[in-house]
Formats: sequence, C-alpha cells, structure tokens
Amino acid sequence: MVGAGFSMLDVSFTMLMLSFVIKKAARLAALLLMLSAVAFALVSLSPIDPVTAYVGADMLRVGPEQRARIAERWGLDDPPVERYLRWLGQVAQGDLGVSMIYRQPVIEVIGQRFLASLGLMGAAWLCSGVLGFALGVLAGGSAGSVFDRLVRWFAYVLASTPTFWLALLLLIVFSVELRWTPICCAMPAGIAPEDVTLAQRLHHLILPAATLSILGVANITLHTRQKLIAVLESDYALFARAQGETRWSLIRQHGLRNIALPAVTLQFASFSELFGGSVLAEQVFAYPGLGQAAVPAGLRGDVPLLLGIVLFSAVFVFTGNTLADLAYQLLDPRIRLAQLA
Amino acid sequence: MLSVRNLSITFAMYEAGLRRRAITPIAGLDLDVRAGELLGVIGASGSGKSLLAHAVLGILPSNASAAGQIWFKGELLTPARQEALRGKEIALIPQSVGFLDPLMRVGRQVRRAAQLSGASSPVEAQRRIFERYGLRPQDARLYPFQLSGGMARRVLVSTAAVGQASLIIADEPTPGLHPEVVAETLRHMRELADEGRAVLLITHDVGAALTVADRIAVFYAGTTVEVAPVADFQGDGAALRHPYTRALWRALPQNEFISLPGAQPTPDDLPAGCLFAPRCPLATAECRAARPELRPVRGGWARCIHVES
Ligand code: SF4
Repeated sequence: MVGAGFSMLDVSFTMLMLSFVIKKAARLAALLLMLSAVAFALVSLSPIDPVTAYVGADMLRVGPEQRARIAERWGLDDPPVERYLRWLGQVAQGDLGVSMIYRQPVIEVIGQRFLASLGLMGAAWLCSGVLGFALGVLAGGSAGSVFDRLVRWFAYVLASTPTFWLALLLLIVFSVELRWTPICCAMPAGIAPEDVTLAQRLHHLILPAATLSILGVANITLHTRQKLIAVLESDYALFARAQGETRWSLIRQHGLRNIALPAVTLQFASFSELFGGSVLAEQVFAYPGLGQAAVPAGLRGDVPLLLGIVLFSAVFVFTGNTLADLAYQLLDPRIRLAQLA
Repeated sequence: MLSVRNLSITFAMYEAGLRRRAITPIAGLDLDVRAGELLGVIGASGSGKSLLAHAVLGILPSNASAAGQIWFKGELLTPARQEALRGKEIALIPQSVGFLDPLMRVGRQVRRAAQLSGASSPVEAQRRIFERYGLRPQDARLYPFQLSGGMARRVLVSTAAVGQASLIIADEPTPGLHPEVVAETLRHMRELADEGRAVLLITHDVGAALTVADRIAVFYAGTTVEVAPVADFQGDGAALRHPYTRALWRALPQNEFISLPGAQPTPDDLPAGCLFAPRCPLATAECRAARPELRPVRGGWARCIHVES
C-alpha cells in the first residue's frame, strides 16, 4: 500500500515537473525571439559601420571596391528584415554565425569566454551569498545594535557604489600600491596557457571576484536582515520564546529555516546583476570573460557575436530565475505538497 | 501556584512627530490559581487577556513595561526567573497553528518543546504524548498547514503537556472550532488540571469556561472585576458579585440571551471612576468619583462599591 502510494506520488510529481519544464521552455523561446528582434533592430539603426569598425586604422589602404566586397560577403547590403530572418534560420539550425572580430564561430567564442566568466561569477556568487547571508543574520539578530547599524551603513554605501569605481579602487590599492595582486588579465603574460598553474589563475581571479562579491553582498545582507526581523516578530517566534528558546537558539531553530529559501531565491534571481557587474569588472581588470567580449562586439558592430552574447546572457538570466522558481517548488513544503494534493 | 497582584502593563507609543504617548491596556489586574485548579479567565476581546499570558511568561514586546507583582510558587518573578521557568515550569498553549513554525514538521516541534522542558528523551516523550492525544505516529511528519482543526488543537496541547510544567496557560484555545473539537479541547484542559497542574484558561467564551473551570476571573477593560467559584453562576446570577459578571451570565443563550448595551472603554479613553460605570445599571455619583478597590466578598472577590461583603 505504502509503496503504491509513493509511486503514485512520483508519477504526479514527474508530471508536474514536466509541465513546469514545457511552460518554461515556451516562455524562454518567446523571450529569445523578441529579444533578438529588438537587438537586431538596434544594431541595424546604429551609426557604426561594421566594415569601418572592422578594418580600423587600415581604412586608408582599403579601397572602395574592397569595402564593397567585404560588405557583400557579410550580406550587409540586404534589407535588415531579410538579414534577420536569415540569421534566425541559421540559429534555428544551431549556427550562431562567425564573429567578425575573432574570426571564429560565435559559439566557440562564447564557450571559451563564458568558461572564464563562470569561474569569476561562480566565485562571486558563492562568496556574496555566504557572506551576505551571514551578515544579514548577525545584523537582523542584533537589530538596533551598533553592529547592526554598521552593517546597514556598509550595505547602503555598497549599494550605491558604481562597479567600475570599486574595481578601480581595489586595483589601485591592492595591485598598484600593495602589489599583492596582478594588475590585469586571467593569467601572467608570456606564459603558454597550458603552463599556467591553478594558483596563478586563482591569484588573477581574486580582485575581479572580490569586486563582484562585495557589490553582491549588499542586497542579500539587507534582504536577509529584513526577513529575519520579520520572522523574529512572528507569532511562531513568540511561541518559541514562550517554550524557552533564547534569541540565538530561536534563530538557529526557526530563523535560518524560514529565511534560507527567500535568500537562495534572491541569489538565483540576481544573475542579471551578476552578469551586468561582470561586464564592467572584466573591462576594468582586462579579464578575458564574456563581458569583456561584449564591449568590442558592440563598439565594432560585430553583429553575430553581439546577438550571440545577447541570447546567451538572456538564457543565463532566465536560468537563474527558473532555478529561483524551482527552489520554491522543491524546497517549500507548503507549495510542494499543496501541488501534489 | 501563581498570584498576580495589581499588574499593570504600559506601552510606549510613538505618534507622528515623535511625540511619546503611553497607553495602559492593563491596570489593576489580580488573580490566583492553585495547583490542580482550572481558573477560567474571561473577558471580551480587548480586555487584555493575552497580555496577561505574555506578562506571566515575560515575553511582552520590547516597548511594553509591566508593573505590579507576579508570584510563582511563592517566589517573586523577575525577568531572569521567567527566562529560567519558560517552557519548563510554565507552558503556553497558543491560539492557533499560526504559532507553529510553518516549515518544521510538527513532531520535531513537539520534540523541541520536550527538549526545552528538560525531558531526558525527547523522542520518547513525543511518541508518548502523541499516543496520549490520539495522534498517529506518522502525523509527526506533517507540517502545520496539513493539520485539521482537531489535530492542530491536539498538537498544540502536546507542546505544553509534553513537559512537566506545573502551570499551563491556554490563550484562547477554542477560537471558531467545531463544537466537538471545543469539547475535546476543554476536556484536555480539565485533565491537565486533574493531573495536579494549575491551568489558566483564557477565553472570551463564557459558556465554555463554565463547563470546565473551578473558578472564574472576570476581566473588564484590563482590570479584574470579580473572582467567583463556578457554582455561583446559576439561576438569575444572584450569587454573583459584580454587575458586569451578572450581565455576562445573563447574556448566555441558555439564560436571557440579552447582551449588555454599549462597549468596553478603550485604554486611551478610560472613565475616571469605576471603569464599568458608563454601562452599569447600579451606578451612582460615588461610583464615578474613584476607582473601586478589589475586595473580598462572600468567598470571592469583587471590584464594586455597591456590593455588601
Ligand atoms: S462601582 Fe458602581 S458603577 Fe462600578 S460596578 Fe459597582 S455599582 Fe457599577
């Protein structure tokens, strides 16, 4: 009987997840379609001439016929709608085109670059999450204390700090003055990539990751603090105190359990800030990630790469939001069990 | 077991413009409860009944201050003493499942209560208390939102009865429940008293309190107006001491079913003399001059100048 009950549960659970996935996939497809159309339109309207941007300083040595040939090979003279549809058809077959700047398939550029960014964003995501949660719990648990006020002040200051400014500040202090960290890039110059040690890679990762983490901390700290204060004012916290819980044992028993889920959700939902921050941080630290590739792609009119990055970042942010949704569905018993019932 | 003497509770409120204002929803509250006794504490909502529970446990909000004396087992309760007694010697039964952690399985919450009360084996204690209250072992795995009204009551009683508390305060334990569940909950309260514990049953349901209580304390606008043995509630209420108690008794469906016109005064707008004077059929000019004292009357207590001792 019990076994049968559980397998019934599993079946309905699988069905539920399936419909969840289908719904999400449809929404993602619609989102990507719209986003790519808007991005394409914006690029077509931009005053940058890709050929000029591509040829750059050599412009003087390139004759009009050569320019026309390049434009023809890239299909730049066709009407925008036609070009968009052609691009869309290729994307549907899994081909994002070839980057004009890197002369490499877009998918490869994104793949390599994202791997570098992933290390950076992953490190920042974890650090800011853990640190922000801890600070939020300590501040919320001692709401009104000097420590709490310091944390709040720190968070507000951080929340209004521009990324590039913080990145430059860290760079000046730790790389230029103290010389603790390298001044740029993901690895030392003049060494073949296969000879670079893990320690060297981490050494280059520290400052960009620190920049992103410090900026990410503010949001999660303030949010966690607020949630914890609400929990401590709840009826169940009052009852727990009546049962003999002290402030910190109450937070251990009931507080963390009730604020963890919102914190995890917020952290997943912050993928867009994370990505936006990485574009700026990578720029300042010349860290060869996806964000660093996005800037020249835009400035030099590398349409295939730019669109590729737009699509990819949309998928990335969407994944974060989906994970946030999923976290609630899987971890909150009120939602999980209510849906199955 | 427990004596409350002239308890008052004041809240500091901040109005617009940061002007400080104090309101005192409880003033002149007195009661006693003995081991093995069930004291029904009745009063309309807004009479400060829940605050009494929180004051005894020492869990009033931070902007509230209490004055007066609370004695427990012959000892004056201080904040430190209350902290040591909470959950061990004094246990609370709250109003609803809203007072349980929504994300923790109920078995675990009862085990935690057992642990805090000092039980040597919380697991065993939870198993036994579930058995006692007719909860199945697998019910321990439920979350509060999955409990039916009756189960919720039994789980809430379990959290208090799982330990050895000698004073149990039940704060409005029968709100809007099915009559059967109400009867069962009241029976559980009576059993706790019959085990030798002191039970404070705080409720606005006069009829429910009368079915199980030994004595009744009546609150009006934050003060105790009468304490009477339950036997005095009979007939036309002639044995009762205070006009408000008599009015409550008459308002019951099985009696005249006529409720008293008017409303209880709010804490920020109290009359100068007897708090009940604006609604009292016996009020005289003397009543409006000063607050009457609580005094012994015919084996009970009453706060009324026009009742002969
Ligand atoms: S003191 Fe006077 S007004 Fe107050 S209850 Fe007694 S008779 Fe009524």
